[in-house]
Amino acid sequence: MSTETTNEKTIVLDQDGHLANREDWTEELAQDLADHEGVGELTDRHWDVINYIRDEYEKKGDAPSIRKLTKESGVSTKELYKLFPKGPAKKAAKVAGLPKPKGCI
Amino acid sequence: MKRIVILGAGTAGTMMLNKLSKALDPKEWKLTIVDKEEDHYYQPGFLFIPFGLYKKEDVIKPKSNFFPKGAEVIYSPIDRIDADQSTVYLQNDQTLNYDYLIIATGTEIIPEEIEGMKEELWHTSIFDFYTVEGAVALAEYLKDWEGGKMVLNIAEMPIKCPVAPLEFVFLADDYFKKKGMRDKVDITLVTPLDAAFTKPVAAKSLGGFLDEKDINLVTEFNIGRVDNEQKKIVSWDEREVDFDLLVSIPTNMGSKAIERSRLGDELNFVPTDKHTLRSEAHENIFVIGDATNLPSSKAGSVAHFESDILFENLMSAIKGEPLEASFDGHANCFIESGGGKGLLIDFNYDVEPLPGKFPIPGIGPFTLLKETRMNHFGKMGFKWLYWNALIKGRELPLEPQMSMAGKEIPETEKQETKTLNLN
Repeated sequence: MSTETTNEKTIVLDQDGHLANREDWTEELAQDLADHEGVGELTDRHWDVINYIRDEYEKKGDAPSIRKLTKESGVSTKELYKLFPKGPAKKAAKVAGLPKPKGCI
Repeated sequence: MKRIVILGAGTAGTMMLNKLSKALDPKEWKLTIVDKEEDHYYQPGFLFIPFGLYKKEDVIKPKSNFFPKGAEVIYSPIDRIDADQSTVYLQNDQTLNYDYLIIATGTEIIPEEIEGMKEELWHTSIFDFYTVEGAVALAEYLKDWEGGKMVLNIAEMPIKCPVAPLEFVFLADDYFKKKGMRDKVDITLVTPLDAAFTKPVAAKSLGGFLDEKDINLVTEFNIGRVDNEQKKIVSWDEREVDFDLLVSIPTNMGSKAIERSRLGDELNFVPTDKHTLRSEAHENIFVIGDATNLPSSKAGSVAHFESDILFENLMSAIKGEPLEASFDGHANCFIESGGGKGLLIDFNYDVEPLPGKFPIPGIGPFTLLKETRMNHFGKMGFKWLYWNALIKGRELPLEPQMSMAGKEIPETEKQETKTLNLN
């Protein structure tokens, strides 16, 4: 890759379309992933959600459910769907560089 | 005198009481069980009530039939647990001190969690079948129903008995066929999951049954509200599904007493060590059955397997020994598929339901993940086993740990990665 094309990046995704290697994630990449997912420009509210689920993942090894997220992050379900349209649990995990939430059994 | 208090006398609590009563010296240990209701419900039977296959009487017996002699039984709602003081406060003003506490308070449906669910259509065009009242009301309604759009909706996961919604639509298909009106009924299963079931191999074969039976499947639908006027359910991302008859599996939550005691997670389920079954927060509290937050199914079979492990670990705790018994998440469920047939699935935390055979000593092998008559008889015969052996804590020819014997491991599909170019 030449220095002229620093804006061009190639990253590896897993079978679910989530980032395959968590260490590839940067705040800058989050915006690229958001663009790719149709989430658009990341606002402070997006970052509240992203930071919260990254913290939870660190602690629990899984991204939180929507119910936990809305209860603990201060973002309502309605707002969450506005921020990450169509499936916020998965979309937010993708942008945050986390694997597909295991969810429930 | 030392004391063990069991909160909840459903399947899990009653099994534990019976096991402990056999093992502990009554001169040394007092056993107390608390429940708000005097009736014991055979909950796997609720599924059959809407279709007239069981009546209310088939699923209810007095709880007192199943308690061992000598146990103290208190019928009262629980106010709260003060875990730091090892004390339980009951709503009848009794106060119970304990050396060990077993929480077996289960889960219940909370339709109020969904906007518009429990309004004018509740139990007139919207029914549940997770309560005996809901199942009976639905049976009455279906008797005279002339057909239309039947929608079965799972509000959110986790739910008790994750296969029940599938069984419900399979049995509905069979019921309307037998009534000669299947062509007048449109059946749709609407789920927040991305497939018919939580686990991929089983989801594939169960999804195949839906196609065969002409049952529609709507996936990744997270219900936001019920529109009572226009009779439709609306998802948070504004997708809509019309219904004439909505059968709902509302949000499942743990007991309010757990919330009042601040011992639960966001759904009032108690954070529990997934292997030892001890509360994560308190050394003298164990948790069993639907009340836990374990990543296993909320089902009677799970409670049964857990009861063996919990019993062993509680005995170790009493002796001051390390807790060595380890729960593997084992679940074993018959799935009624209609037409007098059924399937069987057997799985744990790590192994998803697989095809093959399931050997039971003295009874014979059942077939896994395939429709057979024997699986149906297994399901129907289970009621007898439940009332006569299971909740009395008798030994069944089933090991708590899942076995791989008989299971066929399908070739795993290669987990493809892909690359994404960003610019």
